[in-house]
Amino acid sequence: MGSILSGAEAASLVRALPGVDAVGLEARAAGLSTRSVKTTSKAWAIDLAISMIDLTTLEGADTPGKVRSLAAKALRPDGDAPSTAAVCVYPSMVAVAKEALAGSGVLVASVATGFPAGQVPLDVRLADTESAVRAGADEIDMVINRGAFLAGDLERVFHEIKAVKAAAGDARLKVILETGELATYDDVRRASWLAMYAGADFIKTSTGKVGVNATLPVTLLMMQAVRDYRALTGVQVGVKPAGGIRNTKDAIKYLVTVNETLGDDWLRNEWFRFGASSLLNDLLMQRQKLKTGHYSGPDYVTVD
Amino acid sequence: MFEYAPAPESVRPQIKEHYGLFIGGEFVDAEHVFKSINPSTEEVLFTVAEASEADVARAVAAARKAQETVWGPMSGTERGKYLFRIARLLQEKAREFAVAESMDNGKPIKETRDFDVPTAAQHFFYHAGWADKLAYAGLGADPKPLGVVGQVIPWNFPLLMLAWKIAPALACGNTVVLKPAETTPLTALMFAELCQEADLPPGVVNILTGAGTTGSALVDSAVDKVAFTGSTAVGRAIAKAVAGSKKKVTLELGGKAANIVFDDAPIDQAVEGIVNGIFFNQGHVCCAGSRLLVQESVAEEVLARLKERVSLLRVGDPLDKNTDVGAINSAEQLERITALTEAGRGEGAEVWQPACDLPENGFWFRPTVFTGVQQSMRIAQEEIFGPVLSVLTFRTPDEAIAKANNTPYGLSAGVWTEKGSKILWAAERLRAGVVWANTFNQFDAASPFGGLKESGYGREGGRQGLEAYLDV
Repeated sequence: MGSILSGAEAASLVRALPGVDAVGLEARAAGLSTRSVKTTSKAWAIDLAISMIDLTTLEGADTPGKVRSLAAKALRPDGDAPSTAAVCVYPSMVAVAKEALAGSGVLVASVATGFPAGQVPLDVRLADTESAVRAGADEIDMVINRGAFLAGDLERVFHEIKAVKAAAGDARLKVILETGELATYDDVRRASWLAMYAGADFIKTSTGKVGVNATLPVTLLMMQAVRDYRALTGVQVGVKPAGGIRNTKDAIKYLVTVNETLGDDWLRNEWFRFGASSLLNDLLMQRQKLKTGHYSGPDYVTVD
Repeated sequence: MFEYAPAPESVRPQIKEHYGLFIGGEFVDAEHVFKSINPSTEEVLFTVAEASEADVARAVAAARKAQETVWGPMSGTERGKYLFRIARLLQEKAREFAVAESMDNGKPIKETRDFDVPTAAQHFFYHAGWADKLAYAGLGADPKPLGVVGQVIPWNFPLLMLAWKIAPALACGNTVVLKPAETTPLTALMFAELCQEADLPPGVVNILTGAGTTGSALVDSAVDKVAFTGSTAVGRAIAKAVAGSKKKVTLELGGKAANIVFDDAPIDQAVEGIVNGIFFNQGHVCCAGSRLLVQESVAEEVLARLKERVSLLRVGDPLDKNTDVGAINSAEQLERITALTEAGRGEGAEVWQPACDLPENGFWFRPTVFTGVQQSMRIAQEEIFGPVLSVLTFRTPDEAIAKANNTPYGLSAGVWTEKGSKILWAAERLRAGVVWANTFNQFDAASPFGGLKESGYGREGGRQGLEAYLDV
């Protein structure tokens, strides 16, 4: 959906957002982390988490062989475990991934717009996006212009997101805020709303390429933003924490937070994703443990 | 639907069938006994001795002897060692104490595990540190203990209130005779066992179980000081009983705290604070934020979010790790909450409760929010001591302060605003012993706690709290 707001309107709405109390936000996240999810609930949550993963490889060393191996793992992670939601690659690898996943329900997501820094001219970022879509990407993970955001040029950030949204066409657009670089919760809230006003289908925490990636308080704050945005506009937006979520325990904390902040409507991979690579194997090991009753090990799940 | 499967705490404490009185380092029996039940099931947990006037006299004599011959003459460094040992033992047995507290009181294991027991241990650690530094507390060069202290504590935080009372008293060189509430004696008796294990000299800590008559016998006995936490009515009776005697007294009584939400508050966090303020420990908290004062311009939004959030509270089995709200402590308390809630309805306030199933047995009350409450209603004036929130609105900051202060109580208050200057402005004008800014129900051993007006006098915790147990 295209935005009906002008850049100036969006910027002024975003600037007027109320502040976030950091202590209170972190206390709520810590409280949600104490939920105890066991037995049948745990099994259910593990399968749900697997189905929400954007299985990711974003390395300079990525090759078609590596991407095919990842795609095979995404399709059939382990026995009767569900497929992941998508594989997430650089634009140059989209065609390979698309071919490997053809006919399956697993989507191809591509980072674009000069990922991860985004410090290239807008026309290059748009061309990057268009080429990923042409190669068959179902979803585009763009980065926002943090430089412009931190310099206070919210209108520019808004217009750039709108332009990428247009370039992405039918592909769903995930807007990476890079919350580790925005640093304050107030700015995370502002960036979340700005991205939604500009037409984001998903808001995503991080590239995974900076020091601080997804944290539970930041993701909780973004969940509150999408909840409030739907209440205001009727439009539902997804959330994707990415980077740093490596084990089942952490993944379940995020799902509990979705459950108690957004509810059922977001507990599907259409609306919630994990950007992760090593998380999948931990989920699979925990899954085996629940099935067999004894602990699994890294040699009982496949490397990818 | 993401349903959480039952997650019961698996540790079970060793609860004896019967407990005697702890006098002079030993458990002794008494003529009469009474039962202690689990308020979430109404099952009898154990029986316990009821201390008579003669038992009280014996305990006070044991405490006197210990104070004069062992504990008083002992160096602060040595007393500190005992207190550190008690603190460490509490930590070691934390899970057992947490489960026992939950079973005897009805509060959720989440709270006993994450709040009651760790905070109790912190109080012993904190005061252990003071034991050899009393000369530096600003209360004189060589402050002396008072002697024997009689302490009577309530049922809402049994172990924590014990720690608040015993830790500073012992650190200052006093010995104690403590009476836990009749419905929640378990963790005090387990604490007596812990004192034995810590090799605390006999008579330094004496625990007498019983009801009101035991409490008044203790107040009337040959103690040098009375420390009480509980209702304002009983506090008043204690003040009368000790008037004209040399006994010192500190009282921590009821409250009807206002939680003020200004229109520039961080709303999501304020809602968390409101929930924590009134539904923490089933609202059995003297400093609970039982009156929400919300600025009219944001009242609708705050209430909508509040109801959404309260609907998520999980009420039920206190030993389930996912339970947020446990059982009401006793049939008597449940009756009082029910009666005041009915009064609220009768006076025209609008009542709202989330849809949630309650267990068949035990004492339960749904989280309740009253809107359209007026200052003149009983639910705005009287302490309910249950999970019942009265919501009032205000138009200007001055009106908020006027309404907040318009109560005979003055224990605590909360202020929610993003503006630092407004916090300071409000805190200067609120007549309450504790003012929380953008948070609620936070406690720390280093921070003095206590009330104004009918909420009592004296402070507990911090450097200021030492004054209550020293002859200065």
